[in-house]
Amino acid sequence: MTRPLINVPKTARRGELVEIKTLVSHPMESGYRPGLNGQIIPRDIISSFVCLHDGKEIFRATLSPAIAANPFLSFFWVATTSGTLTFQWTGDNGFSVSESVDIAVE
Amino acid sequence: MMSAMRRGLTSAILAWSLADIGAAADIPPDDRRSGTTVMGPALQAMQNDDSGNPAGLWLADGQALWDERNGDADKSCADCHGAAATAMKGVATRYPAVDPVSRQPIDLEQRINLCRTTRQKAPALAFESRELLSLTALVARQSRGLPIAVAVTPESRPFIDAGNALFHRRQGQLDLSCAQCHDDNWGRHLGGAVIPQGHPTGYPLYRLEWQTLGSLQRRLRNCMAGMRAEPYAYGSPDAVRLELYLMWRAQGMTWEAPGLRP
Repeated sequence: MTRPLINVPKTARRGELVEIKTLVSHPMESGYRPGLNGQIIPRDIISSFVCLHDGKEIFRATLSPAIAANPFLSFFWVATTSGTLTFQWTGDNGFSVSESVDIAVE
Repeated sequence: MMSAMRRGLTSAILAWSLADIGAAADIPPDDRRSGTTVMGPALQAMQNDDSGNPAGLWLADGQALWDERNGDADKSCADCHGAAATAMKGVATRYPAVDPVSRQPIDLEQRINLCRTTRQKAPALAFESRELLSLTALVARQSRGLPIAVAVTPESRPFIDAGNALFHRRQGQLDLSCAQCHDDNWGRHLGGAVIPQGHPTGYPLYRLEWQTLGSLQRRLRNCMAGMRAEPYAYGSPDAVRLELYLMWRAQGMTWEAPGLRP
């Protein structure tokens, strides 16, 4: 049940600065913590996040083991044209989640 | 020097225990404060922003579970109750409540499990499992902004009193009661943290320390471990009675679930 939460305004004016907020469910296990049996819990993190606007990259982030579980990322984008914003999270153990949201720019 | 310090420490401890006998007064209703008020503005904003509060992830899962058919009865929560937003409004503010069948108080998690086992004919969900927390969060979310309103009836009264006794009972290696911190010393510091009054207005809530959503029972176990006391088992009668007393103590306060705490 990995369902990201994305908050993007449905409409924006051309040239407007739009705040995009994302939240994804992930344990972000650092790879440095011992478990109950004393053994180190293997690293399991999201390593990369990309946001595309109609296939063109507008934001990218590299995530590290120091980032808390369920990472929240917020960034700004100058609205250019209507289109689809695609969000992709990829990480350890083949973690890959993608979600798309439409935005209308007038 | 050392003996003077020791004497000072002993008399401080003595003075504290003596003061405790006289004090231990309940917090006047107008002085009651949610734990939200002792958080910084950044955390308050995170709690109140639906797209920033990580509990939103559990709410989304809870909605999916609400609509999912389950168990031998092959029924979803929605099949009986309809939309959670309307059917569950106000429900969380009334729990724990006395179950008419067992005549024992049950909390919201236990109520959900009771529905699962008796109506859906599905296995009960484990305490603190993602599924149970998600459903509880979804139900709790529908009461946000409403006043806490646990029923005070001849049936519930003995359990509220039992919870009251537990709240004031000293326990553990530190020989502390809940009341010594949360009635007598709220607003003061315990290490770097402000001691809150301990009102359960936002459960289940996302705790940054846990990096996950957790129930009130988990929080109580946390406190008891800190008191070097034996934590109540999940779902044990004592745990639920204490929950009931805490809700009664917060009667009328605004429900904030799912909350966020550091």
